[in-house]
Amino acid sequence: MTDKPRYNLTELLACVAAGLLENGRSAFVGTGFPILAAMLAQRTHAPGLLIIFEAGGIGPQVPALPISVGDSRTYYKASAASSMHEVMSASQAGYVDYGFLGGAAMDCYGNVNTTVIGEWEHPKVRLPGSGGANDVGSLTWRTIYVMRKQSPQTFVKKLDFLTTPGYLTGPGAREAAGLPAGSGPYRVITQLGVYGFDEATKRLMLLAVHPGVSVDEVQAASEFEILIPERVAVSPEPTDEQLRILREIDPQGLVIGK
Amino acid sequence: MKDPIENLGELIGWHDPDENRRWIRENKTRAMVDKRTTAAEAIRRFVPDGSLLAMGGFGHIRIPMALVYEIIRQRKRNLTMFGKTAVHDIDLLIGGGCVSRVEVAYAFGHELRGLSPCGRRAVESGQVQVTGEISNAGYQWRFLAAAMGVPFMPVRTMLGTDTLKHSSAKVIEDPWSGKPIALLPACYPDVALFHVHRCDMYGNAQIDGITVEDFELARAARRLVLTTEEIIPHEEIQRQPWRTVIPFYLVDAVIEVPFGAHPTEMPTVYYFDEEHIAHWLEASKTPEGTQKYFEEYVFGVPDFDAYLEKIGGKRRMEELKRIMALQPPSTEEAAL
Repeated sequence: MTDKPRYNLTELLACVAAGLLENGRSAFVGTGFPILAAMLAQRTHAPGLLIIFEAGGIGPQVPALPISVGDSRTYYKASAASSMHEVMSASQAGYVDYGFLGGAAMDCYGNVNTTVIGEWEHPKVRLPGSGGANDVGSLTWRTIYVMRKQSPQTFVKKLDFLTTPGYLTGPGAREAAGLPAGSGPYRVITQLGVYGFDEATKRLMLLAVHPGVSVDEVQAASEFEILIPERVAVSPEPTDEQLRILREIDPQGLVIGK
Repeated sequence: MKDPIENLGELIGWHDPDENRRWIRENKTRAMVDKRTTAAEAIRRFVPDGSLLAMGGFGHIRIPMALVYEIIRQRKRNLTMFGKTAVHDIDLLIGGGCVSRVEVAYAFGHELRGLSPCGRRAVESGQVQVTGEISNAGYQWRFLAAAMGVPFMPVRTMLGTDTLKHSSAKVIEDPWSGKPIALLPACYPDVALFHVHRCDMYGNAQIDGITVEDFELARAARRLVLTTEEIIPHEEIQRQPWRTVIPFYLVDAVIEVPFGAHPTEMPTVYYFDEEHIAHWLEASKTPEGTQKYFEEYVFGVPDFDAYLEKIGGKRRMEELKRIMALQPPSTEEAAL
């Protein structure tokens, strides 16, 4: 009989993501994984993390995992139940530090597609579109991506459609397009590791691999070349305390899994 | 200044601001008149075939489902819908053959619940045409421009992306900072349909919880139809006039429909009916299943009350109220 692993991938990724969120900062979060990570951060090192939902919830004490970004639980015991205009304007004005996003495919500059696979005019697969993702990727200071299925099909040389801006075509391109100066993608978390962006080229760069993952595996799971620095860290394993809190947040295993 | 950069998306819902002012002067009454009517009459009158349609609420939140079912029942055709995160509503309206065009911020998906089989089938086969792309904030600011009576809103979102390229926005150089800025054209839907918590018979309406885009959309749409959990006396509105999100002169019709957002969430009142939403997602996997769903829940029932009986009646709604209130299931229900 094999022992049940101490943690699963979602729990590992949630702990890694939570670790990126600082106390006293603000973050746009979506439902599912991002809220799980944000709630974990709030209940560990970042009790003063300001959680904001794109539909208008500001600073809630989320009682249970919300199903939608407009779910009433996104403004439970909140400072404000406002509007999209309120929070998107706040973000455009510079109040939102972090934004959490997912994506179907990403290129080496952190640009993301969630609109269409194939040609826009004749889609092979029609995806939901931007939703608020483009706004989060355009208007928050730092965007964090979580992509659970890194592969040469999702880390691609050329996107079928650029839904949400990363660094566009490289250094200075966001500012040249008119996007807020000094904003852009900050971290990308996948099932294999954690990435940042090289300051000089704005290209995706490996920062850490998860326990048991090799650098070769990381490169093999990408169509474009990933910058590999000399020193690559290893993501810390979740602590028992973190795992206990995660299961407290998601007792039914809606996001963590059963 | 350089010439504006044009984009590829079709411009829908725009009017010259003077033309819209004239339209409002001639068509919107300033009189406090009793606007109570039925869902059937409101849809007949205010949603003609070919309308540009927007829904209040957001995703699965506070969607005027009684009106959605009525549009399907009346077999409206060739509607263009604003996909301002349109989820359950647009999925059903596409399945019902009512919507043929959509401008997309978010559509064809059900957030965490997955992609929508019905909407995707329609768009991938060409039955439904996408007129252009936009973002959620983009929509909200198109409505804000219309609500303000100005032709466009300058914004810093969408720049540099294909979302912008496939939108109806233009890019100019900001005359002050010299930086590129996106101009989003005002958007005036022909008609918007809302479900609110309470209003009086004139349409003065209160919404509990987040308003999402409804403040702006209510003021942007030419026609506004409200269903409401309850109609309250005008004196109740006057007692706390600061709670009025939508003043009466914006409103064209009022229909009292308790539980009118089912199976979507009515903030503070009842939660999503996940079982029913899952039932639709399963049924809509095939065209036959979709039709069967409509036979049972739309064409097979004369009105929304009969529909409510079908989905479990008062007892089911009480259960959804308990979930909203974060209470455990009732003992009676748990014993079943």
